[in-house]
Amino acid sequence: MIVAERKPLEEIIGFIKDYKKILLVGCNECVTVCYAGGKKEVAILASALKMAFLKEEKELEVKEVTLERQCDQEYLEEIRSIVDQYEAIVSMACGVGVQFMAEKYQTMPVYPALNTLFMGGAEEMGVWAERCQGCGQCVLGQTAGICPITRCAKRLLNGPCGGSTKGHCEINKDVPCAWQLIIDRLKALGKLDDYDNLMPIKDWSAERSGGPRKIVREDLRQ
Amino acid sequence: MNPKTPSKLEQILASGQLAVTSECGPPRGSNGDAIKKKAEIIKNHVDAINITDNQTSVTRLCSLAAVIRLKLMGLEPILQMVTRDRNRIALQSDILGAASFDIHNILCLSGDHQQFGDNPKAQNVFDIDSMQLIQMVRLMRDEKKFLGGDDLERAPEMFVGAACNPFADPFEIRARRLAKKVAAGVEFIQTQCIYNLDKFELWMKQVRDMGIHEKVYILAGVTPLKSAGMAKYMKNRVPGMDVPDEVVKRMSGVSKDDQPEEGIKICVESIQRLKEIEGIRGFHIMAIEWEERVPEIVEKAGLFPRPAVASEPFSL
Repeated sequence: MIVAERKPLEEIIGFIKDYKKILLVGCNECVTVCYAGGKKEVAILASALKMAFLKEEKELEVKEVTLERQCDQEYLEEIRSIVDQYEAIVSMACGVGVQFMAEKYQTMPVYPALNTLFMGGAEEMGVWAERCQGCGQCVLGQTAGICPITRCAKRLLNGPCGGSTKGHCEINKDVPCAWQLIIDRLKALGKLDDYDNLMPIKDWSAERSGGPRKIVREDLRQ
Repeated sequence: MNPKTPSKLEQILASGQLAVTSECGPPRGSNGDAIKKKAEIIKNHVDAINITDNQTSVTRLCSLAAVIRLKLMGLEPILQMVTRDRNRIALQSDILGAASFDIHNILCLSGDHQQFGDNPKAQNVFDIDSMQLIQMVRLMRDEKKFLGGDDLERAPEMFVGAACNPFADPFEIRARRLAKKVAAGVEFIQTQCIYNLDKFELWMKQVRDMGIHEKVYILAGVTPLKSAGMAKYMKNRVPGMDVPDEVVKRMSGVSKDDQPEEGIKICVESIQRLKEIEGIRGFHIMAIEWEERVPEIVEKAGLFPRPAVASEPFSL
């Protein structure tokens, strides 16, 4: 899923300080699962914003809505009938949702309430970690199912650098060395010899470097 | 192994003599004379001089400009290049720039992560890794091709080196990792600073068992300790560095004034012991901001005088 966390309240207030009526929109997908922008977080942010305005002796009307998905045209349509009643939209979706919202409602200011961080999962309750950078050319088949592009701070493709120490990355003792994990798992799989293969120079054109990416599936297109 | 380039370092290694290299860090400013001064101190005692490339990710005068200064002094530079800051276009371009000044040695590195330096908020590049940089230089030199497949004119004639840290984890694949670099085309290796000689011997045995020592020239890296404080810092704070307790104890066991001498002594003793290891073909003396002691270390270690192999004459 896409993992995000809420921006500091002051930054969000900075976006909306001149408005009196806002539409605060949550998303029921990834950001609900990572406790950043679901129905509950919408309610908490709405209260916090109203209290902050009251402190300044200002009033703020906040309409709370949580859509099934903000990255989906169909669900974004659900607020069309009420959008005009507000001066701005604050989206608690990931960066994709915020942009789809802005594209949908051309004349409405749309502000992000979250910082979108990464594609990852929950390692345990309350702990989320990155697993994929969407490089467009998956190497997991060659690296024992552990991604060196995501999990090595230098995205090295041919083994641990000289800073790998007792299983940790040189940048931080709390970061596991991706290549230590790969070597351990290759060993467990009885495939350590796979390490000896030189990984070729990577084609980054399928990644961010190649420009914004798009998939067109003619079989599904209407 | 017959030399494939005009590199003086390669000639010496190919002749079977022990090579000695050292390094100079460029200044944090545009004073090119700083490089010259450091090089003047060590030039008669080493065969080639590495110029570091923004080491520890601290911004400095670039290694390419600095090696040209050494070349104009008639010395033999080793151009260090990290893949952290440049993509494959910039790397190839800089390699050609260096080759246009007849720089004949290159050390291919990935580089320390930028968070250790003065710009921790920087983007890093890592378009390719150190092994792929080795492959790229060999492609340019041997096939006279750019990475993109086009032919290039006047191919770089570079002796291709890389670093190796036998002390980083996981230890069990460190010799295999060197084998990968050899498969990529590396011709000489300068190791991380060696303080744990027992572990280094164990690693060299693995290297010999795999026959790698016959395919690549291995220069053992040493760094003289200036103080007990430096020993402790290296032990505890530098990732991938292995400084045994005995070494720290030995440095701490003498008065502060005597610690530099003790550090030099340990360094010389290490070289003596490393000389006995089969497969060691020379030494890389990294005297960090302590170039003035390099000549003495070389002499005391019995590595002086250096072989009389002239660098190719070069002038603008």
